[in-house]
Amino acid sequence: MSMFQKTKTARYSSCRSCAVTSRTPYSTVPSEKTFDKILIANRGEIACRVIKTCKKMGIQTVAVHSDVDSNAVHVKMADEAVCVGPAPTSKSYLNMDAIMDAIRLTGAQAVHPGYGFLSENKDFAKRLAAVGVTFIGPDTHAIQAMGDKIESKLIAKAAKVNTIPGFDGVVKTAEDAVKIAQQIGYPVMIKASAGGGGKGMRIAWNDEETREGFRFSSQEAASSFGDDRLLIEKYIDNPRHIEIQVLADKHGNVLWLNERECSIQRRNQKVVEEAPSMFLDADTRRVMGEQAVQLAKAVKYSSAGTVEFLVDSKKNFYFLEMNTRLQVEHPVTECITGLDLVEQMIRIAKGYQLQQKQEDIPINGWAIESRVYAEDPFKSFGLPSIGRLSQYQEPLKLSHVRVDSGIEEGSDINIYYDPMISKLVTYGATRAEALARMEDALDNYVIRGVTHNIPLLREIITHPRFVSGDISTNFLPEVYPEGFKGHHLDEDRCRELLASAAALHVTSQLYSHKILGTQRVSSAPMDQNNWELCVELGQELHDIEISKSGNSYIVKVDGGQVEVCGDWNLASPLLPLTINGTCRMLQCLSKESSGNIVLQYMGTLFKVRVLSKLTAKLNSYMPEKVSEDTSSILRSPMPGTVVAMSVKPGDTVADGQEICVIEAMKMQNSLTAVKQAKVKSVHCQPGETVGEGDLLVELE
Amino acid sequence: PFCALTRPLSAIACLLQTNIQSDCRWYSVSHLSVKERIEKKRKAAQMGGGQKRIDAQHQRGKLTARERVELLLDPESFVETDMFVEHRCSDFGMEQDANKFPGDSVVTGRGRINGRLVYVFSQDFTVFGGSLSGAHAQKICKIMDQALTVGAPVIGLNDSGGARIQEGVESLAGYADIFLVHPSDLPHHGSLCILTHLMLCLQDTSYLFITGPDVVKSVTNEDVTQEELGGAKTHTAVSGVAHRAFENDVEALLYLRDFFNFLPLSNQDPAPIRECQDPSDRLVKSLDTVVPFESTKAYDMLDIIHAVLDEGDFFEIMPTYAKNIVVGFARMNGRTVGIVGNQPKVASGCLDINSSVKGARFVRFCDAFNIPIITFVDVPGFLPGTAQEYGGIIRHGAKLLFAFAEATVPKITIITRKAYGGAYDVMSSKHLRGDMNYAWPTAEVAVMGAKGAVQIIFRGKENQAEAEAEYVEKFANPFPAAVRGFVDDIIEPATTRKRICRDLEVLASKKQVNPWKKHANIPL
Repeated sequence: MSMFQKTKTARYSSCRSCAVTSRTPYSTVPSEKTFDKILIANRGEIACRVIKTCKKMGIQTVAVHSDVDSNAVHVKMADEAVCVGPAPTSKSYLNMDAIMDAIRLTGAQAVHPGYGFLSENKDFAKRLAAVGVTFIGPDTHAIQAMGDKIESKLIAKAAKVNTIPGFDGVVKTAEDAVKIAQQIGYPVMIKASAGGGGKGMRIAWNDEETREGFRFSSQEAASSFGDDRLLIEKYIDNPRHIEIQVLADKHGNVLWLNERECSIQRRNQKVVEEAPSMFLDADTRRVMGEQAVQLAKAVKYSSAGTVEFLVDSKKNFYFLEMNTRLQVEHPVTECITGLDLVEQMIRIAKGYQLQQKQEDIPINGWAIESRVYAEDPFKSFGLPSIGRLSQYQEPLKLSHVRVDSGIEEGSDINIYYDPMISKLVTYGATRAEALARMEDALDNYVIRGVTHNIPLLREIITHPRFVSGDISTNFLPEVYPEGFKGHHLDEDRCRELLASAAALHVTSQLYSHKILGTQRVSSAPMDQNNWELCVELGQELHDIEISKSGNSYIVKVDGGQVEVCGDWNLASPLLPLTINGTCRMLQCLSKESSGNIVLQYMGTLFKVRVLSKLTAKLNSYMPEKVSEDTSSILRSPMPGTVVAMSVKPGDTVADGQEICVIEAMKMQNSLTAVKQAKVKSVHCQPGETVGEGDLLVELE
Repeated sequence: PFCALTRPLSAIACLLQTNIQSDCRWYSVSHLSVKERIEKKRKAAQMGGGQKRIDAQHQRGKLTARERVELLLDPESFVETDMFVEHRCSDFGMEQDANKFPGDSVVTGRGRINGRLVYVFSQDFTVFGGSLSGAHAQKICKIMDQALTVGAPVIGLNDSGGARIQEGVESLAGYADIFLVHPSDLPHHGSLCILTHLMLCLQDTSYLFITGPDVVKSVTNEDVTQEELGGAKTHTAVSGVAHRAFENDVEALLYLRDFFNFLPLSNQDPAPIRECQDPSDRLVKSLDTVVPFESTKAYDMLDIIHAVLDEGDFFEIMPTYAKNIVVGFARMNGRTVGIVGNQPKVASGCLDINSSVKGARFVRFCDAFNIPIITFVDVPGFLPGTAQEYGGIIRHGAKLLFAFAEATVPKITIITRKAYGGAYDVMSSKHLRGDMNYAWPTAEVAVMGAKGAVQIIFRGKENQAEAEAEYVEKFANPFPAAVRGFVDDIIEPATTRKRICRDLEVLASKKQVNPWKKHANIPL
């Protein structure tokens, strides 16, 4: 096996190298000599992103990959590729020994770490320095200083960067608490020193609430943690996550490249980002930018970095942390500033000075980024999903769209790595323009084979609160307190969907008649122009009359009339229609003989069943399929590995009791019983890999 | 004719009793004019066994014979024959008017499915439980005779108390009772009836067996339920008698309409070509990465099949039986093709008794009806073991070999990965007159896997790992086959669709005649 791998690797290296003719590497700045060869110690979209800039600069590239990634896009894009180990990241992309070997083997002069993996690992940076290979990123001391949360706050404080005001010591009495709260300024948060999970935590907006909060919190802390020590710090209401991109060279020059707003998050992971932020005025922006520069200077930062702030509703901002790497969401900054951050990082690493002055940094228009993930947004705003991209088309035909991805049609999204499919970026002169393009881009994005979060992304970017800029990091739980349920169709949209489905059905029926060539037994042509149909959506049946003229259909549905026009290519996943004069992009995911059609409309998937009126009548005699009693069976909500099984047959579980834990994409998910019952059978064991929908445990 | 039948007879006898008690009299003749009598009879025929029985049928979640016909055929295309036929039995009180139903227990006629001619008979469960009578059989034979003369297919919708076959689309071959009625006539028709080979059935309501659970109990003392003995699950997953199961009447008939479009009207006609919106030169990029890096890792052959076909439209036959081989109908640039593929996801895609027979039957079906065959090969060999040998894997494997060898329709083969040993030969190889045989770069055409080969060649010697690597380097690639001309070309997977469509265009005029013989002697 190992032998086999080596041959493959060798084959790669040889055929890749010969594809590129040797030429003097130059950066896009004429006459600047740069590296000959860079190794990218990462995978996926960021590896591809870095390779693109390297190609532009005439630098040869080396990809590293795990064995399951041997066919990955970044491997194909790079001039050379080296396999650094098996699938688990700890054995491949985090395997420093193997990566150091790859550097030696290929003679790369510098390493770009991307984000994640080894990007903020000071040991890796040190090992590179020891062999004289350039780390494309900040110096190790900056990585170290900013890597420690407490130390970074102290440094920030010293550099006169706003930090969250709070009392570092322990609060003794209620009156003590009031005094401190007044110093900090309301609102404040009183929390248990030993706390966690929201226990022993109170928010106070005035003196009275502070006294009360002190009493409750200390009691709760004592009972929950056996430790009644309390802390007080400033409570940031409706916080927004806004960060400043900085760029620093090795000669003490530091620029701030404006902000990115990343308030739309779920489980502390960003979902939608934009630049600039609607919330900042020029002054606040400048002050934030200058403080970010102060911090960078304080740690002698070089390369690209990001200073993250929390901003409250009164535009007070507080330092959160500094990321000493290229961020996932860097494209929005590139769109509005026109700078190629990767190119700048490479230049800086090579020792060149920044060519821009602060006043050269513009805000040109608006850019939005949606993180397209292979996950099911209907489960806690996104649980990972895996699969093979059986069909995949990025909406690159549209203008002002940038897609950063590291996958292609046929790629596998597996449980080993981040389930991100791509970063979809749109830009325009104004925010409204960028948003309209995002809507279009999401509608035109074809992804089949995995469940994805486009339904959620599209709802977010069209939500009135988002459109008006009224967002905070609590946006998702506030807007969808019951969890995300998909697009809610109003009456008009519902009619449009029903009409489109009916028209598609008729088109396909007509198509079934189109047998070519002369036949021995003649065929009867379809000379019908009007049809009576019945469309089932959800639990409801809708009677429909539809008539055809040319490429358009007039559909009478629910007391309204809809005109649907289109090219009707049944082989294409995209279904561009003109509905009552408005262009709408629908997608057809499946169309079965049984009349079941799955359409993507307004980003959300809708299952409809189109039947002729007669068929619908006869169908009413068919017995209803009894659906499975889901309270007595536990199925895996996602693919992953069983890490713990807490029950065995014969056990009695209570409502809400943990039954087992599934790990997927580095996330542990506890699955619980929904009723009290005896365990009938257990169908999996710890360590076993399970697929989505696999039966785990049966209750009686 | 009843005398030969024991089951239908008893079924009728008991129905008879209930019928005598009922007081429905729709068509007592006498004072009415001929015109009125015609109208009356027509109306009565429309009602089959009467409203009560129709309601009962609906309550069971089943449609009536006429409703089924209406659903199967294009609107208003049904032309009925023998609506006035009545049974001629005079025993047990059957001669009474109350026990005569115009049309008897079957509805027959012709119609259109998507404009194409088809003959159809639909057994009426509301009349004597759909059981066979001489008249019933005669009606069926009549439309079969006519179908034969014009060269059109016959679809039978079975719902007969005699054998309790609910809703099957099948030919007569599987239906023993009909043989018994007219033993001399039917084999004739069977040869023309293209749906002969296909039986669709319904989940939870279809039962089919030679002898029911009661007889089984009395003869072998075996306790078995109807569902276990001859339910849809049994026949689609275990016995391989039925070709596909559907949830209910409506779904089955809707699928049947679409399926009908794949097939020629008779074995004299070429496979139909439907207008195609899917570009024939479409490059299928996803195929470049579908075969995993490790040659021991499984993948889903259906991923390849769906990606290559027109609009991903694949009508799989026997999807739950012998899942290590995938067979079904599809279109390539509008032309109907039969697809055969090893399924690496199930039992590594090996050939065993069941998969060989499943494949052989499908290949012969295609050959009989002029449907080109596309074969996707990833086969590690035949399944070893006593169970297989004692079961006659040699004989059954030979069926597939025989079927591919005798087939004269265009045959295109794509080796995606493993093509080992005898199983490689069997899978529409060049040696079996394959017209175009392609290998993907991941193909390994060899006598067996490297590990097994090395263990035999270097038995008891050291350095097996090294030898294995050498074997892999030498044989685990498409070159040994390509240099010998056993594959015509090594192709980029993404171009597979384009190549197949182009070849089918050329092979459309293929003419190949097997040497004359009364019939071939397939190793049954």
